[in-house]
Amino acid sequence: MRRPFVAENPSVLVFLIGLSIFTVVVTVLAEGFGVGALSTSFVKTLGKTLCLCLVAIAMDLIWGYCGILSLGHFAFFGLGGYMVGMWLMYARTEIIVEGALAQGDIPPTPQEIIDGIGNQIFGVVGSSEFPVVWTFADSLVIQLLMVLAVPGLLALVFGWLAFRSRVAGVYLSILTQAMTLALALYLFQNDSGLRGNNGLSGLQNLPGVTAPQSAVSLWFFWASALALGAGYLLSAWVVSGKFGSVIRGIRDNEARVRFLGYPVESFKLMLFTLTAMIAAVAGALYYPQAGIVNPAEIAPIASIYLAVWVAIGGRGRLYGAVLGAAFVSLVSTWFTGGQAPDINLGVYTVHWVDWWQVILGLSFVLVTLFAPKGIGGLFDLMKREDKA
Amino acid sequence: MTQLIRLCCVLICAALLALAPVAQVARAQDTPADAAQSGTGAQSGPQIGPLQSVLQQDAALFAKSSRKTIGPVIDRIVSSGLPGVPALLSAWQNKSIWQRKADGLFFLVEDLGDRSYALIDLDSGTEAGRAEKSDLKQLKPNSGVRGLIATALVQFQLSDPSRATREEALIAIERRPGPDLLAPLRASVAAEPDPVLKTRKMRIERLLTMAYDDDPQDRIAAIEAMSTDLGVDVRAALNPLVATTLAVQPTLPEDRNIARVLVPGSAQLERLAAYDMLVAADLAPPRRSAAEIKTLLATHIDGGRVGGVPVARLSDPEARVAAYGALFAEGLVPPRVSDADIDAALASHVFFETYAEPDPAVTDAAEAALATIATRVGLNQSLDLGLDAISLASIYFLAAIGLAITFGLMGVINMAHGEFIMMGAYTGYVVQQVIPNHTVSILVAIPLAFAVTFAAGVAMERLVIRHLYHRPLETLLATFGISIALQQLAKNIFGTQARPLTAPGWLDGALVLNDVVAISYIRIAIFVLALIFLGFFLFLMKRTRLGLETRAVTQNPRMAASMGINPGRVNMLTFGLGSGIAGIAGVAIGLYAKVTSELGADYIVQSFMTVVVGGVGNIWGALLGATMIGTLQKGIEWLNPSNTLAAQTYMIIFIIIFIQFRPRGIIALKGRAAGD
Repeated sequence: MRRPFVAENPSVLVFLIGLSIFTVVVTVLAEGFGVGALSTSFVKTLGKTLCLCLVAIAMDLIWGYCGILSLGHFAFFGLGGYMVGMWLMYARTEIIVEGALAQGDIPPTPQEIIDGIGNQIFGVVGSSEFPVVWTFADSLVIQLLMVLAVPGLLALVFGWLAFRSRVAGVYLSILTQAMTLALALYLFQNDSGLRGNNGLSGLQNLPGVTAPQSAVSLWFFWASALALGAGYLLSAWVVSGKFGSVIRGIRDNEARVRFLGYPVESFKLMLFTLTAMIAAVAGALYYPQAGIVNPAEIAPIASIYLAVWVAIGGRGRLYGAVLGAAFVSLVSTWFTGGQAPDINLGVYTVHWVDWWQVILGLSFVLVTLFAPKGIGGLFDLMKREDKA
Repeated sequence: MTQLIRLCCVLICAALLALAPVAQVARAQDTPADAAQSGTGAQSGPQIGPLQSVLQQDAALFAKSSRKTIGPVIDRIVSSGLPGVPALLSAWQNKSIWQRKADGLFFLVEDLGDRSYALIDLDSGTEAGRAEKSDLKQLKPNSGVRGLIATALVQFQLSDPSRATREEALIAIERRPGPDLLAPLRASVAAEPDPVLKTRKMRIERLLTMAYDDDPQDRIAAIEAMSTDLGVDVRAALNPLVATTLAVQPTLPEDRNIARVLVPGSAQLERLAAYDMLVAADLAPPRRSAAEIKTLLATHIDGGRVGGVPVARLSDPEARVAAYGALFAEGLVPPRVSDADIDAALASHVFFETYAEPDPAVTDAAEAALATIATRVGLNQSLDLGLDAISLASIYFLAAIGLAITFGLMGVINMAHGEFIMMGAYTGYVVQQVIPNHTVSILVAIPLAFAVTFAAGVAMERLVIRHLYHRPLETLLATFGISIALQQLAKNIFGTQARPLTAPGWLDGALVLNDVVAISYIRIAIFVLALIFLGFFLFLMKRTRLGLETRAVTQNPRMAASMGINPGRVNMLTFGLGSGIAGIAGVAIGLYAKVTSELGADYIVQSFMTVVVGGVGNIWGALLGATMIGTLQKGIEWLNPSNTLAAQTYMIIFIIIFIQFRPRGIIALKGRAAGD
């Protein structure tokens, strides 16, 4: 008789309780409904960080548990943002265009409204026609489904091609990186139908919502916290059962798992697609808070940073991914945002904005060399002391 | 009538001039005897030479010249055939011809200073007196007139004794070809002493014949003779012959050289564009755009209704048509052109393209010649594309050859490889700051770049990679950490703007095969460098002790160690070697592209692709991989030249699919050498 899932994984309960407390505290302190100790932009930063934690969990599932170092999960993240961004942009522009046309003496025809929206959205890339990919942009439901469907399908096709031909290890990493680069380069084109390097912008304004940004930022914060909690729960459940055992087996010795009769490729493909979808959901929640999504976000370097977060946080444990993503991204924001005080060494002034990348790169080397378990390894040390 | 009078005057003057000491009998002999007596009151005086008298015929037009009226005057001056004509024309062009106010005579004037001017007789070339500036009036032909003078001068320059002048004349003809230049050019060919200029004259003569000869047969013969020539000038001469204008008429005219008839609504002529042509030719009423109709409707709102239709219903396009129809029926608005009207109007007219050239035989020959040339140009362009592909392939090969060693032989994923390329390029830049001579600085930079990146590679191998040999994914991440640190360091030191790495002067320019195919010397140099590296690599691996030891350690480190090889030392040297080659590649790539901190990152994915596609552990694989990727990228760019981003996208997708079929690359190691 199996014990209940939560009883088996006490860390899940701890994490969920911690996340709930954090959410309540932020809500109380935020401007929107609470005392106002936290600025709206900081609430947004926290909400975005939660989304990054979610995509880090996806990365941890595929890398930490299954040993596939994907350098493409930020592409799925960005695609999710694009999918929800299309609806946000379309619906908001529709309201603006309808308002503008209603000023005239003659009520507008439906075609005039569509032309007006097309001009507004695609004027920057010298076009006014709606590309095929925007066919369903007017429907929130379909776009939300596409948040899951498009990155999921891409991951399915790519993973099927890659796993089927037994591409593994570093080759797979390079291949996923190439896929990311191809996608980013494609989106950079003006005729890709997604506004080229301008990307989609103005996503922070929810169409038809008059509530102030302070309230909207909290809604998204709650949604991000909910998604992170759900994603954590789902991931913990996935890795705790037999499925989890198999994928850990694939990580440790793929050939042996295959000889035991498991369809290794199907397991990998399933996990790859699932994590791509989790990443897409995180992206769909992240970009409305960031306000803009453009192809630079998808560039291969972003996916490598994702791996960096997970490695620093500690691979193979879900809370490690969350800790790493939250810690590194917040510290990065602090350093590159110019908030860290410069250090004057007399002959040379250290500007953190310039030197942060160097420190991050080198600290990453140090973590890989000396602390392969990352921050999460500290918990192991504590546990060992408890037992001793 | 006026022509006759003018002719008489010329003849009279000629007769009078027969008395002058330097008189020319040029045209006077043709004079009918009685004409000499018919004129009176012409200019007289012993100093009037034949040229002067020619000028005096058109004194007013000559003195105040304009582009529109000067043509016949120049023709008459030239056709006089007098020896002073070239000097007169060039002096006129240089604004050195002045008119004496007192008697209206023209002189070549020399400024003597002190506001005194020497008057030089146009015919004799001797000084005919002096004058104050106030007595004279300068002739100032405008630029249009000067252009016509230059054209007239060309025929004299064509047989000028000075080679430079003749060459200038040819250049002038090439710039402004014209029908009147053909005869003098032809006349000058036979007597041309210089073989180079003679060939050139003959070529230009052919080109002018194509365009301006009177005999269509000669033109067609010239066109056919030139139809195998790739020169841009041939195409430039042929294209005006087949230039067409689009026209519309109710019926197809008989007397025009019709290129083709266009059907409105086809790809060549869009339906609405065709209708707009009809409107422009006043053959149809103008179309009302949706916006115009909307504005007109808005101006006729009457009590919440337009033409009886409630305003609120006008969001329906049908209702708008109805409302506009009602307004039209009341005569308030111009007619709306419906789709049916447009179709009817288009159906009752013929759209066609006509050649400016009236002779169909000539245009057919020109079209055929252009088609032949286009085929040959296409072939040459494929050759050019092939050369481009080879040069791109050699760049990828250069960038990837270091990786072929570190990744291919040692299995170490070095994400900082791109940054080693960058370090090499910056080394070259720094050397050029110190040594200004570009040739010397490049020769110094290449070994120095090797030394710098060799040292960096060895340091990295000792400090980091050595500890991660059995954890390839972590090597990837650790070297990536080094990569971002190095990139940021480069940014901190050299700034974000691109730094120049200038090639030596002897690498400037290009090897021009013909007007289509040209290869820049820098690309040839990179190609040669890639070949040298290939040879160097093969020599090192097959013929040296280090190569032997490297191969041994690659295949079986434990066995190699038991044979007395120190695997640590071999790994260190091999890695340093791969990094050092990256540094040299950096110098080469820096010559070709701008040096920035992202230089290496731009090539890293392609470099890995090259090695993976080619097959790991084999230098020939890297060569094939580079060739394939370079050819692919150029090929896709050629298919879609406006969009190099798309080319890269499709190339990567192609590679992903390619790996499906050959997961271990083009050249896969087999047997024991394949290792895992």
